[in-house]
This record gives sequence, C-alpha cells and structure tokens, in this order.
Amino acid sequence: MKEFLEGSLAVAEIVKLCRPGVISAYPITPQTHIVEELAQMVANGEFNAQFVNVESEHSALSCVLGGVAAGVRAYTATSSQGLFYMGEVVFNVAGLRLPLVMTCANRAISAPINIWNDQQDSVSLRDAGWIQFYAEDIQEAVDLHLIGYRLGEDKSMMLPVMVCMDGFILTHGIETVDMPTPEQVNKFLPVYQPLYKLDPQNPVTMGPLVDPEAYTETRFALQKTQEEALKFIPKVTAEFAKVFGRQYNGLIEEYRLKDAERAIVAMGSVCGTIKEVIDELRAKGKKVGLLKITSYRPFPAQEIYEALKGVGKVAVLDRALSLGSYAPLASEIKAAFFAKKKKPQVISSFIVGLGGRDITKDSIKEVLRLLTARERACEFIDLKPELLQENYE
Amino acid sequence: MFGPLIVKPGSSKNNKTGSWRTEARPKFLKKNCIACKMCLLICPEGCISGTEKNNFDCDLAYCKGCGNCAMICPKKDIEMIKEE
Amino acid sequence: MSEYLFKSGHTACAGCGQSLAARLVIEASGPNTIVVNNTGCLEVFSTKYPESAWGVPWIHSLFENAAAVASGVEAALKYLGKKDGINVIAQAGDGGTADIGLQALSGMLERGHDILYVCYDNEAYMNTGVQRSGLTPFDTNTTTSPVGIQSVGNIRPKKPMPEIAAAHGIPYVAVASVGFPQDLQKKVKKAISIKGPKYLQIHVPCPLGWRHESSLTYEVGKLAVETGLYPLFEYENGVITPRKITPKPVEEYLKLQGRFKHLLNNPEQLKLIQNIADNNIKKYNLKIETQVTA
Repeated sequence: MKEFLEGSLAVAEIVKLCRPGVISAYPITPQTHIVEELAQMVANGEFNAQFVNVESEHSALSCVLGGVAAGVRAYTATSSQGLFYMGEVVFNVAGLRLPLVMTCANRAISAPINIWNDQQDSVSLRDAGWIQFYAEDIQEAVDLHLIGYRLGEDKSMMLPVMVCMDGFILTHGIETVDMPTPEQVNKFLPVYQPLYKLDPQNPVTMGPLVDPEAYTETRFALQKTQEEALKFIPKVTAEFAKVFGRQYNGLIEEYRLKDAERAIVAMGSVCGTIKEVIDELRAKGKKVGLLKITSYRPFPAQEIYEALKGVGKVAVLDRALSLGSYAPLASEIKAAFFAKKKKPQVISSFIVGLGGRDITKDSIKEVLRLLTARERACEFIDLKPELLQENYE
Repeated sequence: MFGPLIVKPGSSKNNKTGSWRTEARPKFLKKNCIACKMCLLICPEGCISGTEKNNFDCDLAYCKGCGNCAMICPKKDIEMIKEE
Repeated sequence: MSEYLFKSGHTACAGCGQSLAARLVIEASGPNTIVVNNTGCLEVFSTKYPESAWGVPWIHSLFENAAAVASGVEAALKYLGKKDGINVIAQAGDGGTADIGLQALSGMLERGHDILYVCYDNEAYMNTGVQRSGLTPFDTNTTTSPVGIQSVGNIRPKKPMPEIAAAHGIPYVAVASVGFPQDLQKKVKKAISIKGPKYLQIHVPCPLGWRHESSLTYEVGKLAVETGLYPLFEYENGVITPRKITPKPVEEYLKLQGRFKHLLNNPEQLKLIQNIADNNIKKYNLKIETQVTA
C-alpha cells in the first residue's frame, strides 16, 4: 500500500510488521524519530513488544542481545557516537551468532561533534562480522529491514544485520513508500526459530571462555558464513521479489553501466543524485554509469569485478575516511581487481559529503571532470581551503 | 558454518580436579558425625555428599584439598591427612 | 533439565569463596533459573570451552553488561508470558558491579525489572591480578594500591553499594557472607520470592588475593562479619534488619590475611580500621544487647 511517509516512520512501520518481542534503544540524533514512533505504537497497543528504556547505547544493544539469546526477535537503532559506545557489544553479538536487525542512521563522528550525515560510523565497524546494507532511498531502507530479518535468522546464517540509512536525508526525508501488508510480511518472514536459547527446559552455556586451542575456528566460521552470504543474499531477494514484486540483487545495482566508459561507485542516498546526473549526461550522449554497492559486508568482490572490468575509468566515492591510508571503499574496490588481467585503466578515489556537506549534481559533475588518466587518491571534493591553516594561530 | 560456540551443561565433570592435590586430603572419620551438613554446605567444589550420620564423604576425583571441611566440622570428625 | 546446577570440575582455586557462594546461590534458586554472568573469575573458571560447570541456562556477554543483558532476557520472558516461575539472576564481581558495571546496574534497578542481582564481593579485581576496586576496603594492599614507603595501601573507604542499590527504591537489598552459608541461602530464597529488582551482595574471601590459607575461607568470612567490618543486613521498605554480633577486635580478622599484614605493627592504622568497625556497629545497630542480671 503506497503511503507518503517520513523515513523514520516508515522504518518504524516495517519494524512493527516484523513483530519483534524486545525493542531497546537509546535516543541519538538522527535516529530518535524511529524509536519514538515505535514507543508510540506500543503505547497505542498496535503491537505487543517489550519496550525497554535503557540508560545508554551499550545497554541498548546488550538488552537486545539478551532478548535474542532468550529466543525472541529483537530490534534496536543508533547512530555515530551511540554505535561506537556499543562498539564492543557489536562484535560480541556477531561472535555469539545472534541474529538481529539494527538501523544505523549514518551520522558523522566526533570530534568535532557534528550531527549531520556521513558514513564514518558504520564503515568504521565493517570488521565486526555484521552484514551491512546501505539504502539508497526510503523504500530500500524499509525493504532491507525485512530482508535483514529473513536473512540473518536463517539457520545457515545466524548473523546480525545493520541497515544503514543516511541520517536526516533518509530518516527525515519524506517519500512515497510501498508499505508491505501484514499478510505479505507473514508470508515472507517466518516466526523466529533460534538454534539454541536460554531455556531452563534445555540449558546451554553461551559465551564461554575460548582459548587459543579453539578461538581461531570461531572466526574462520564467521568468515566462511559471510562468504556464503554472498550466495544466499540473492536467493533471499529473489524470494522477496516473488512476494512484493520489487527486484533487488541485494549485493549491487548496475545503473546504465553496460556500455559505460566512465563509472561512479557509491553507497547510500548519494546514488539517487548520481542517477540524475547520469541521465542528464546520457541524454547528451556521454557514456556514464553507476555501480551502487548495497551490501558492503559481505563485500561482493566478484560482482564488482564483473560489473566494472570493461569500464575505462572508475570514480569511487567515499563518505568516510581511513585516516592515514586510502579511503575504505576505494581500497576495497581496487583490491577486487588485484592481479586481474581485465581491469579499469584508472580507479580514482574521491571524498565527498563529510559531516553533512551537501553532494549536489555539480559535485558529481566535478568528480567526473576530475576523473582523468591521472589516478587520484583521497581527492576531497568541495573542499574550502580558506578554512585551513598551516600553523595554528 | 559454526565454530566452537556453546557448551552443553555440566561438561566440567570431565575435568578431574582431584589431581590438583599435592599436600593433604580430607579423611572422613565417620565416628562422631551428627549430620549437621556444614561440610556439604561449605565445600567450594560441592563434592561432599551424604544424608545420615557417619555417612558423609567427598568425591576425591574433584576434591582440591582446601581443608575448609576439616576446619568447620563441629565434631572434628574430618581430618586432613597427607596426600600419598 | 540437568541433574545438578553447579558441578565440580571447575578450575577455581582451592578454597575459592566465590565458587562456594555461586554454588550456594544457584542451589537456593533452583533449576528454573537463567543466569547472566559478567566477565570475571567466576565466568572464566566455570566455562572454559569445552567445559561448563553450569546445569542451568547461562550466558556471558561482556564485563559490564550483565544487568543490561538480564534486562533483555527478562523482557523476552515477559513477552513470551513465561516470566512467572523462572528466576533471572544477573551476577558479577565487585568490579563488574560497583565500577565498570554501575551504569547498567543502576539502569536495571531504576527500570524495575524482576531480576536478582548478585555481587560477589572479593574486594578487588581478582581475575586480572588483584587490582584495587571501588569496593576495596581501607588500607588494603593491592597491586594498584600497594604498600610502600609512602603508602599504607588503599586510602579510600568501600563504596556503599547496598545503600546505592537501596536508594533506587527497590523492594529488597541484602548483604550476606560465605561465613554464614545458611543465612546466604535464606536471603537468596527470600529475594527470588519478591517481585521486582533485588540486590544481594555476598562477601567472598579469596585465598589468593587476600593471601590467606585455603582452609580458612569460611573462618575469614565469619570473622569479617563478627568484627563489624562487613555488616550483614537486609533492607526492606526503608527498614534495616541487621544480623547482630558480639563484636571481636579487628586484629583477629586482619592477622589471618597477607593483604593486611603491613598493619599488624601499625597501631595508628589499626585504630582507624577499628573505628570503621565501630562506626558500622553503631550505624547498623549490630551489637547483641547483653542482659544485665542483678
């Protein structure tokens, strides 16, 4: 059913339809509307979850961890500082192989403190073992939450899923969303069946001390499962298409890439702007295309290779930094072509939209203008040199 | 795929901590025992069992020889003897 | 269900007060219990893969979040309509309770979850090597409050955790000791019969960290209470019910432990510690009133 909804409210709506039993989150801009809406829904009896008002993000994810361990589907949401405060719990959940879905409303990281959108928060936790999806628009954000539960709770996976949506742009923007009905959701998403849970009828010990004799195998298993997810995600999105009619690959999206001579690679809401620029340029006969990365973890290296191997020049947009080295997404895109015979002549790395700086169509055109035979590393777009000083005064 | 993850209950019974004893072990004299159950209660390993007078004993497979039972027995009916 | 609740074969030190207390607690609570444990000695010695001493469902997450994880477990049970008849226990050492875990504990108490929180107080961060905690008593020798030329050990008093817990307005707070094992089990049983958040602090001697004979666990525990240095009491509806004692001088307790041996020929410090005991006796009304016969 098509509705005109604020992103946060759309996410709250789909979370409600997924029927979690435990919801626990700590407010942080720009995630607050999601959690407030869920609290209101529970207060109105729209669904039956236990809403736990915790005293910090660390406790929020810990509380949700406890809920899933006890055999109940659970949900939380956070951003930026909150994601980092719960950082050790993020790794803990993945290591314990407890499935859950968490919304990350992408926001810049302090210091300096900045409440606006970039992707430093979730990108910085890419090593944790969670599946990480990046949504282009509100519809995708909604669908990825639903896909996330189905995917993570599958007995072959048992992985937590982070659905990343750009703060303010998607959380507070308003778009038309085709919202699933409860019947459709129930058809696609079965009741959560844990592999094991805390139950006096069948006691188990979860979270033991594992010494050097056995720790490596737990990590190997996680790595292997992430690799298997590369094959499993398209299966889940195919099931999704059958019920809802919307086709996702789940790993990447190729936009007018087939005969492109130049391509842009990006994650998140900026892809919407890029698509408009590509349409403009294509109308003028320029052969440009977009490779959108939906699944950052697991990283679809093979799919990226196939999509870009015939493209001459590639510009990778990063909305996060790995300070002191190459930008995160760019370095992984380059790694996909390592020792390959067929590859782009140039893979240039651009930094855009940090701390909520707008990425306009002109910014994208500037990227394409700078996409020359000279390969660039960490090229900052829309930089303001007048704000920089060599020595501190 | 899964690696070592959860543990089934009570598998610690495979670890025979009785091998830790080097100096002393308890000997239950079973002469003046009044079945007060203090030894059973106070053993950190929980390896003392018994119900009636003069029939309390400990599982030497797990006893670490700490000596709390001998200290606490109100009838001095437990002695710490040299470990062989 | 398992036929035992906390099995031998765990790797605690001989004479470990915490292993004793943990067994007493879970035996008093019974098989219909879910335990959430913080990182610490108890977690490490009772669940080293592939062995577990626990016969009840048990989870360990991190160092400071047992109270928060237990909140989630309790919420899940409430959602499933299964909370009645299942006890949820969150347990931690003094570090995981009074220091790094204080935030999560406070939140859990404030929200009113039906959970029993147990603090095993061995008065230092034992698992990492006997470092000072917020519950380390005055003048104690630990590795981060060591005795030296210009130091007599820890210079701060114990954080009043039972009072802090009680200030949250919870229905039941109690202090127990392995020196009084039946009293301990009675308090556990009473706590789990009450709905809402409960806080139970248990004094657990540590032969290794306190440097006492492994056979004296019970004795040392008893003396801590009998000198007035570790008052046992219950706090319910604003009323404190102490366990009364006939006070013994503090030296009887201190002289058994290596961590206090630097005090034994330091009458000035001994007096300060006796003052602490005397203040406790007064504050909690610990002294058994003797009948005066004509």
